[in-house]
Amino acid sequence: MHLLRGAAAIVGAADTEVGVVPDKNPTQLCAQAIHGALADAGLSLADVDGLITANSMAEPYMYHAEMMAEYLQIFPRHTLSLGAGGGASFAALHQAASAIVTGMATTVVVAMADCLRTGLSRDQAMAMQSASGHPQFERPYGPTVPAFYGLVARAYMNTYGTGPEHFAAVAVNARDHASRHEGAQMREPIAVEDVLNSRMIADPLRLLDCSLVSDGGSAVVLTSAELARDLKQKPVYLLGAGEGHSYEHISASDNLVSSGAADAGRRAYEMAGMGPGDIDVAGIYDCFTPVVLIELEDLGFCGKGEGGDFVAEGNLGLGGSLPTNTHGGLLSHSHSGNPGSMFALSECVFQLRQQAGNRQVADAQTALVHAQGGILSSHCTVILGTEVS
Amino acid sequence: MSIHEGKNLPRPTPETQPFWDAAREHRLLIQQCADCNTHQFYPRSYCTNCGSGNLDWVEADGRATIVSYSVIDRPVSKAYSDPNSAILALVKLTEGPQMMTNIVDCDPADIAIGDPVTVVFEDWTDEISIVKFKRQEG
Ligand SMILES: [Zn+2]
Repeated sequence: MHLLRGAAAIVGAADTEVGVVPDKNPTQLCAQAIHGALADAGLSLADVDGLITANSMAEPYMYHAEMMAEYLQIFPRHTLSLGAGGGASFAALHQAASAIVTGMATTVVVAMADCLRTGLSRDQAMAMQSASGHPQFERPYGPTVPAFYGLVARAYMNTYGTGPEHFAAVAVNARDHASRHEGAQMREPIAVEDVLNSRMIADPLRLLDCSLVSDGGSAVVLTSAELARDLKQKPVYLLGAGEGHSYEHISASDNLVSSGAADAGRRAYEMAGMGPGDIDVAGIYDCFTPVVLIELEDLGFCGKGEGGDFVAEGNLGLGGSLPTNTHGGLLSHSHSGNPGSMFALSECVFQLRQQAGNRQVADAQTALVHAQGGILSSHCTVILGTEVS
Repeated sequence: MSIHEGKNLPRPTPETQPFWDAAREHRLLIQQCADCNTHQFYPRSYCTNCGSGNLDWVEADGRATIVSYSVIDRPVSKAYSDPNSAILALVKLTEGPQMMTNIVDCDPADIAIGDPVTVVFEDWTDEISIVKFKRQEG
């Protein structure tokens, strides 16, 4: 059995307020998330000897994790500032569990926050739009992030005959979930027609196919399975983790309709000794609607090209076979950049602790979270469960 | 050339300088491995197939097919609001490598994935010409 399987557990999780948060800066939100997650775990700053963060765009620091440790006046045995875009959050979990198993640290906080909505100057916002493009061979063509994903969307439609209404079903599902979440940024329910009638951003992607631009932060606390058993919350064990890294720039992709999610998923399932049929609830990275279809397929929840029908049939709903992004996802809960997928993680933790309130999936025992960074570039899948055996 | 003011001007590196020097003369140069014959783009110091450092610069024949494209309705900045910046595309060169580009001088409604295209060059400054593609006639 893989030595990471079940060796570490998430024992605390907390989100800050999200959406439009003009009265707080990213460092402040990050500290708030860390304090919140520690309180949730019944632990204090003195218990933290590992800290993993991702940098903020609105308030960047050269060595971000060092800066957060300094701000909190903690002196960890291990710190790491990760940079893998949206995929960083779960790669951070993978790192945290490895650090715990190898003795680099005992209790590790993974924390991220940013203010993409209210904290960016005009220049910073511009820089963010083109930052992921290759400086010599992509950026001159004026790409935007939605246009990069527009390339993926059109290739997918062309390959599988999928229509915009299939993409729209993903957005409708996310909004339906967000309508049940008091903290979500966009809660007004929408229908497929609303998505199809929303303004074109980068054909074939419309406004409601695109995720939000948000402020917000989130943190989780991990410790060894042994220590986790005596803490305040029911432990959520890390049963599997896997990564897949295909390229950085979309122009280096040799297949626009499949992704490194297939590798990441396979590795996570292998470690967990589980398959797609064993998953009760999921958090799937939904920066743009077509991405959800590709990831669902690559992670084995349906066959290639079947993602559109799978979503349109209602499988991602609270009563469906795979309730997904029950907090509302990046499409309707919030997307604050690097921290974006952390909210899918905390939601799955709350689901497995049976604390998700009116969004609770009955008796959820296992969860899969998947995040990707760049333009379907770096992928990480994590499988969580309430029991180790 | 003032219509290109404010665009993201590439800064050649020692590795890519031959590509940009050729583009200025309206020639599309890519690399070919002298040991395994693999073509590659963007320019690198080593062959991505066999690891050889023995790379030649060769002129591509300039024909390609559209792999995918997106029509940008909300340009990244005013500098990119001209019609020849509106269609972002990936194209696959006859020789094999793929590159990002804009498809120019055409109505987005007239193109499709798989369409053949031919290289054209857009002069931005005295030093920099950008590789773009247009639909192949006939
Ligand atoms: Zn070679």
